[in-house]
Amino acid sequence: MTARTMPARPEQNDARLRPVPWRRMTGVTWRQHRFALIGVAVLLGALAVYLWIAGVPLHNAYDSAVACHPASSDACQALDNALDGMDNFLSNGYILQVLPAAIGAFVGAPLLAREMETGTFRYAWTQGFGRRRWAVAKLALLAVTVTAAAGAFGALLTWYYAPFVGNQSLGLPRTTPLTPTMFDLRGLGFPAWTLAAFAIGALAGMLIRRVVPAIAATLVVYVGLVFAAAGFLRVHYLTPLLASNYAAVPDNAWIVSQWWTKGGRVAFGNYPPPSILNLCPPPSPGAGKGGSAAEGWGPCLIQHGYTMWTSYQPATRFWPFQWIEGGWLLVLSALLIAATVWLVQRRAA
Amino acid sequence: MNVVEASGLGKRYGRTWALRDCTLKIPAGHVTALVGPNGAGKSTLLNLAVGLSAASAGAVTVLGGRRSGSPAALDGIAFVAQDTPLYKNLRVADMIYITRSLNRRFDQPYARARLAELGIPPKRKAGKLSGGQQAQLALTLALARRPRLLVLDEPVAMLDPIARHDFMATVLAAATADGVSVLLSSHVLTELERVASYLILLSRGQVRLAGQVDDLLAAHGQPSLEELAMTYLRENVPEVTR
Repeated sequence: MTARTMPARPEQNDARLRPVPWRRMTGVTWRQHRFALIGVAVLLGALAVYLWIAGVPLHNAYDSAVACHPASSDACQALDNALDGMDNFLSNGYILQVLPAAIGAFVGAPLLAREMETGTFRYAWTQGFGRRRWAVAKLALLAVTVTAAAGAFGALLTWYYAPFVGNQSLGLPRTTPLTPTMFDLRGLGFPAWTLAAFAIGALAGMLIRRVVPAIAATLVVYVGLVFAAAGFLRVHYLTPLLASNYAAVPDNAWIVSQWWTKGGRVAFGNYPPPSILNLCPPPSPGAGKGGSAAEGWGPCLIQHGYTMWTSYQPATRFWPFQWIEGGWLLVLSALLIAATVWLVQRRAA
Repeated sequence: MNVVEASGLGKRYGRTWALRDCTLKIPAGHVTALVGPNGAGKSTLLNLAVGLSAASAGAVTVLGGRRSGSPAALDGIAFVAQDTPLYKNLRVADMIYITRSLNRRFDQPYARARLAELGIPPKRKAGKLSGGQQAQLALTLALARRPRLLVLDEPVAMLDPIARHDFMATVLAAATADGVSVLLSSHVLTELERVASYLILLSRGQVRLAGQVDDLLAAHGQPSLEELAMTYLRENVPEVTR
């Protein structure tokens, strides 16, 4: 091409120029991030196999224990005990909490931090594809990929943990499906939190521009967000229900708080002060200092005119809560990714 | 056509101006040397021209009036940054694949043939190549895009003399055989003597001298580009030519 072929109006030329097709970024992204993506696939795949191997007998045992009648028979008790014995190191959901954080830290954070740290952004951003489109394509492709993988894994987790949040009368350590360590592993929680971790990582990488500090920052911010959601936000998604005395609180509800009133005024919180407790001395010295409210002083205080209030989130709100949390995490992730693209666009060399 | 045209161009980092009030026109068909001491603003000017950074003042257009960094500008310019950044954990073949994917034009047969000529194996990881080979790979990828303007930021600073010579030979071949305009910065003046036909002298963020090398040498009565640059920088004339 020579100068003579140049049109007089370069703007016209710009308009005619067909951009490099978006789909070309799939191969580019795969080549650059295959190790991270294979790592995620291997990690989730190995855990999925384990969950399947441990989960099938667990579900079989659970189904037979639920189906057994009458529940008090020796045969049924034996089935309950067998179910109880199948508890394992994943039962409480703690360990799997690290997965979204790890995916965010090791796929999201290096995405731009490595380009900035090694200077390869000077290569990438001067290619014909254009830097904004490059950033959009990469972030979108990887976000969709890790979220889809997490979604599939989350479906498996939902199935695996179903017995733990199921029938309260059976052997396993039962809990409400709204419990913090399980709520974000099941349903939409797992993919939504994975996407959020990825988006936090991508933005941290672009802001900090160094891989290791970006990974550390991602983990810190992610853990902070998880604690904020579990400790402060989630309980307010819908107004808790109220129950007085021992009526009507379902077994697998999430108890938000309990307090006692008398004559319309708050008397005390969870546990009565000695002056009130003295109204209801323990029936025998063997019962210990207080016993539990349900067994010892509770019914007695109710007879004395006190009222126990329980505010709770019923387990039936699991899916509304999942949609609310999944929704705001999706919005947050989209904002973080948009901010990252904006920074790529704005960032001077 | 001017491959680069700047008017009142300035770039400020915090309170310091890395480049100030830069007005110049670089005509097509030259190998243009951008020279000046470290910190003179060479990289800043190149980054502005290729659209990596945005101007704090003034404007710069490339390839006959295209806004730098615009799709049309990116399409016609190939840039090899300082220290020739490559994805070190990727194989040479992957670098070719990526560069081909990210551009509308890519001369794959040229890239393959050139790398074979240089003895760079496609299966080797980019990070395992010698410094000279990495620079040649980056240059090959840039030239395979069939650019109209090739911009090189301190391309030979890290190379040994033989690698320098080979690199500059490739650049010169592209310029003469394919008519690619070249803009390269360097503080190693001896390398530029053979190749440069147009000169821009920068110091302390300002253009001190700009023009065809032959004209400048004749006008200032200097025998070589190196002598001319040295004299000018020593005298430190605050005048801005053109």
